[in-house]
Amino acid sequence: MQYSKEVINHFTAPHNQGVISNPDGVGMVGNPTCGDLMKIYIKVKKDAKRGEVISAIKFETLGCASAIATSSMITDLAKNKTIQEATKITRDDVAEALNGLPPIKIHCSNLASEALVAAIEDYKKKK
Amino acid sequence: MKNNKIYLDYAATTPVDAEVLKTMLPYFSEEFGNASSLHSFGRNSADAVFNARLNLAHFFKCTGEEIVFTSGATESNNLAIKGVLRAYNKNNKKLPADERKKPHIITTVFEHSCVLKTCQKLEKEKKIDLTYLPVYSDGVIKIADLEKAIRENTLLISIMYVNNEIGTVQPISQIGKLLAHINEQREEKIIFHTDATQAVAYFDTNVKRLGVDLLSMSAHKIYGPKGVGMLYVKKGTKITQIQDGGAQEFALRAGTLNSAGIVGLGKAIEVLEKNKKKETKKIKELRDYLINKILKEVSNVRLNGSRSKRSPNNINLSFSDVEGESLLLYLDAGNIAASTGSACSSGSLNPSHVLLALGLKPEQAHGSLRISLGKYTTKKELIIFIAKLKKVLEKLRKVSGEILKEYYSKKK
Ligand SMILES: Cc1ncc(COP(=O)(O)O)c(C=O)c1O
Ligand code: FES
Repeated sequence: MQYSKEVINHFTAPHNQGVISNPDGVGMVGNPTCGDLMKIYIKVKKDAKRGEVISAIKFETLGCASAIATSSMITDLAKNKTIQEATKITRDDVAEALNGLPPIKIHCSNLASEALVAAIEDYKKKK
Repeated sequence: MKNNKIYLDYAATTPVDAEVLKTMLPYFSEEFGNASSLHSFGRNSADAVFNARLNLAHFFKCTGEEIVFTSGATESNNLAIKGVLRAYNKNNKKLPADERKKPHIITTVFEHSCVLKTCQKLEKEKKIDLTYLPVYSDGVIKIADLEKAIRENTLLISIMYVNNEIGTVQPISQIGKLLAHINEQREEKIIFHTDATQAVAYFDTNVKRLGVDLLSMSAHKIYGPKGVGMLYVKKGTKITQIQDGGAQEFALRAGTLNSAGIVGLGKAIEVLEKNKKKETKKIKELRDYLINKILKEVSNVRLNGSRSKRSPNNINLSFSDVEGESLLLYLDAGNIAASTGSACSSGSLNPSHVLLALGLKPEQAHGSLRISLGKYTTKKELIIFIAKLKKVLEKLRKVSGEILKEYYSKKK
């Protein structure tokens, strides 16, 4: 099993890692039994033209290299997107942006898109 | 080591010792004969194999005819279990139908996969009854459990000497004594096999003292080449070959002998025997230095498996709030090679069966790191490793934050 350079880059220097102290939405998914827990925080701003835009996004992850890299990548992909656009980001988009994932690591990218959707759902519920 | 890389994965494999390599080299292209051939080319190979056999016989305190060369411990373990079963079935078939008995095998929950999967498959095919002995939090089996597990139809007991992940030592010679006693009263003797792959470099390998009938090992764990190993088969043990073909190795293992590899194994054993005591002491001191330092200076860490009943070269730790594959790859990026029992690095989604058998929570098993030392390990390497480990843990624990704690508080 080999990771792409892009995975290693995101894994060794993750983007958007950390906590948002007053988030508008939070999503936590995963389960320690299989080894991964992922949490995504979002801040949403109303933009006159575009509607609700994710203005800030951060993550915390307990998991393998692929779990950390997909968390980092999905936060990059979702930043400055409207919540409609962000909801449509699939695990394939994440895997593709990372120049592919080993087959057994696909579920890690699944987790990333689930965490993002959960954060957006949480935002919608709260508003 | 080369390029400033630090290798702390000697339980996975070891580099070939320079002296061993030198001894092997002529047997690839100059002395290339088939050890079964009658001409001088063959004789030269056969002589070299003979000498290697003597080295092993001297080391294990047995005769040359009791040494069966194989392609490694995986094959030795397969041969031990399936070969004993095959011999039993051959005999069983001759009995009247109502006297035939399905044989029973006892093993442990934390064997190497080549033993576990062999046994599991035979059970699934309804060829054997199978009992797994439990291990406790110290990573050691209890003799009382074994005694209780023995049945009238018990054919074989297979218990590893030193566990490859957590390095814990099983009471092989005590089991040997117990079985000698039990077998005195039995007509059909129970056969005792041990996978000694991880034990050969550091523990007593006198097969008489151990009281074993079969013992497996691999050359590449003791600074010999990969792809060669041995099964000790005590004279009189009821076992047949499982691979059909030539009559090599006393008709127990068909196939042209890997003469260069066998020469390497013979030399590796000779070198080991010379330095075993000194090396064991040195490596044990390094291990204790590392364990003490880490337990003192790193937070939220546990040592997996007994501290005292432990191989001199093994340190298995679980760190909270990090995952093993991440840890391993961060260390690798810092030129340090170690190993983990996390599922994420193994290609399956379940963490190490060994660590779960000790009663660890899945996340503790996922957060495990195995460090295994060898004869080239230095204290300086360990000092560099500890410094790097601290940095890597700090970084990964920052990435995971309080996520695990939060998960459990929400679940309540
Ligand atoms: C305890 C134990 N048994 C068996 C094996 C298998 O050895 P090999 O891969 O050389 O056949 C190993 C090595 O990984 C081991 O540690
Ligand atoms: S966290 Fe285990 S495979 Fe990704």
